[in-house]
Amino acid sequence: MNAIIKSMIFLLVGGFFFAACGGDASSRGGNGDNALSGKIEIDGSSTVYPISEAIAEEFREVAPDVHVTIGVSGTGGGFRKFSRGETLISDASRPIKDEEAKACQENGIGYVELEVAYDGLAVVANPENDWCDYLTVEELKKIWEPEAQDAVKNWNQVRDGFPDAPLNLFGPGTASGTFDYFTEAIVGESGRSRGDYMPSEDDHVLVQGVAGDKNALGFFGLAYFEENADKLKLIAVDGGEGPVKPSLETVMNGSYQPLSRPLFIYVSSEGARRPEVVKFVEFYLNNAAKIAEDVGYVPAPQSEYDEQLKKFKDFVARFRNQ
Amino acid sequence: MNSIWWNRFLDKAFRVVGIASTLIGLVLLAFFIGSILEEGLHRINLDFLTNLPSRKPEKAGILTAWAGTLWVLALTALISIPLGVSAGIYLEEYARKGPLGKLLEVNITNLAGVPSVIYGILGLEMFARTFRLGGSLLTGALTLSLLILPIIIVATREAIKAVPNSIREASYGMGATRWQTMRHTVLPAAGGGIATGIILALSRAVGEAAPLIVVGALAYVPFTPKTPMDDFTVLPIQIFNWTSRPDPGFVINAAAGIIILLAITFLLNGIAVWLRYRWQKKVNW
Repeated sequence: MNAIIKSMIFLLVGGFFFAACGGDASSRGGNGDNALSGKIEIDGSSTVYPISEAIAEEFREVAPDVHVTIGVSGTGGGFRKFSRGETLISDASRPIKDEEAKACQENGIGYVELEVAYDGLAVVANPENDWCDYLTVEELKKIWEPEAQDAVKNWNQVRDGFPDAPLNLFGPGTASGTFDYFTEAIVGESGRSRGDYMPSEDDHVLVQGVAGDKNALGFFGLAYFEENADKLKLIAVDGGEGPVKPSLETVMNGSYQPLSRPLFIYVSSEGARRPEVVKFVEFYLNNAAKIAEDVGYVPAPQSEYDEQLKKFKDFVARFRNQ
Repeated sequence: MNSIWWNRFLDKAFRVVGIASTLIGLVLLAFFIGSILEEGLHRINLDFLTNLPSRKPEKAGILTAWAGTLWVLALTALISIPLGVSAGIYLEEYARKGPLGKLLEVNITNLAGVPSVIYGILGLEMFARTFRLGGSLLTGALTLSLLILPIIIVATREAIKAVPNSIREASYGMGATRWQTMRHTVLPAAGGGIATGIILALSRAVGEAAPLIVVGALAYVPFTPKTPMDDFTVLPIQIFNWTSRPDPGFVINAAAGIIILLAITFLLNGIAVWLRYRWQKKVNW
């Protein structure tokens, strides 16, 4: 208790002093590259955020005087800022759309797309569910398409042989990128889904829901399954070539389809002219494999990163002297 | 059925309903605070307050978040208090009470109920883009000032209204001008109410995340702001960010962050209560 009171006093009394003249904590690196300085502004997808955050954290050791900031405006919001030249790097959980690319072009902003990791979606059931080990994409579509609303409400409607038990569905809310991605991959159109399932923007709530209901079926990011593997049962997905469970290997080698997607960063031509940004992006690609795994995503194979690095170097060479 | 019996029954029934309603609020609050404390209290230590954001929950701290929150709070107070109190005084004591005044009054009251994210959009277009202030502390503070101005204006007017007219008349009777009356009689008497209103408005501003995200407050800021033009993050954004991470360690961090945020809010509310109490003792007619 005493420590807490002390912390409180520190927080309140020392507050403005620290706010005004603190901030040197970022220069602890010591042996870093002190020649580099400047500001790198990143914005975009909240899915990619954990990777960029971790990279920026490690980059503090390399170049302590480079200030990296990261926002979470979403992939679309990030591209809007990127195309106005307000950011030099944009986090994205999907490729850039045509109209976003056009906006960049109109403002004279060139860019390069770099793959940094993969994200898998896990379809999960309760561990007591002993009847369902895999679902085909067709079956998932039958469950989740809008036509299923008020119609498909029992497990035995999904496949002959499934028991007569209510089908209780859990999934992310409509504002989430995960929802867009699942509906696009399974139903065929982003955002098309039945409405009568238990939605939550908080994936921890979905985990609790599926873990507490024998008849539940749900989906969310693979990282949430891995953190709660003891409370959930992973359902394999059959995309046409036999049932595959999502894992590091199956997402990385592309056999877990269609519920895995690449994550990107976009770097602008203005960024290519700034040495601190170039250094940061190279650092990003060199460390993405390890970091991605750390924060719960699936790294791409090393050859992929080598290729991205080469692509980036070509891009820099093209814009450096313009 | 005899009506005396019925009326007594109604009286008792309302009492029971009233107690139940009060208890529901209190029990929920107690439950909420209890569970937050249980989850996050052990995580609070000096490191948590002085560390930068990190991908490892046990290493992550809220230094930049609470520094940003204090900055925003101070700037918002600097901007909104003079504007809000002046506007309140003018509207209550100087402005002519006509249909235009009525219209203004209704509009200001309505503004107090506009969802905060709307102010965020206004702030983004006006301060961040038109005035080219970007996603800086100043933009955030200006936006939050707009958000709480109506609350301060309404509180100022109510506090001034509560000062009995006989006091003003006595002052005018002594030959004082309107400003002298304001300065030496009305404001000292209304000060407690005004200060309470200001602090409650500020404690609302402390908890806002949505309008600040819209104007461009960031999630990851590895340095504390040094000038009002710096990029920033605030506690509510940091908390929101942590609750959406898969690693359960971040949920504990979020709970600890909530405790700090609650402590700041309670402290502000405590100051409001204390100010009101002190002022009440000082004013004696």
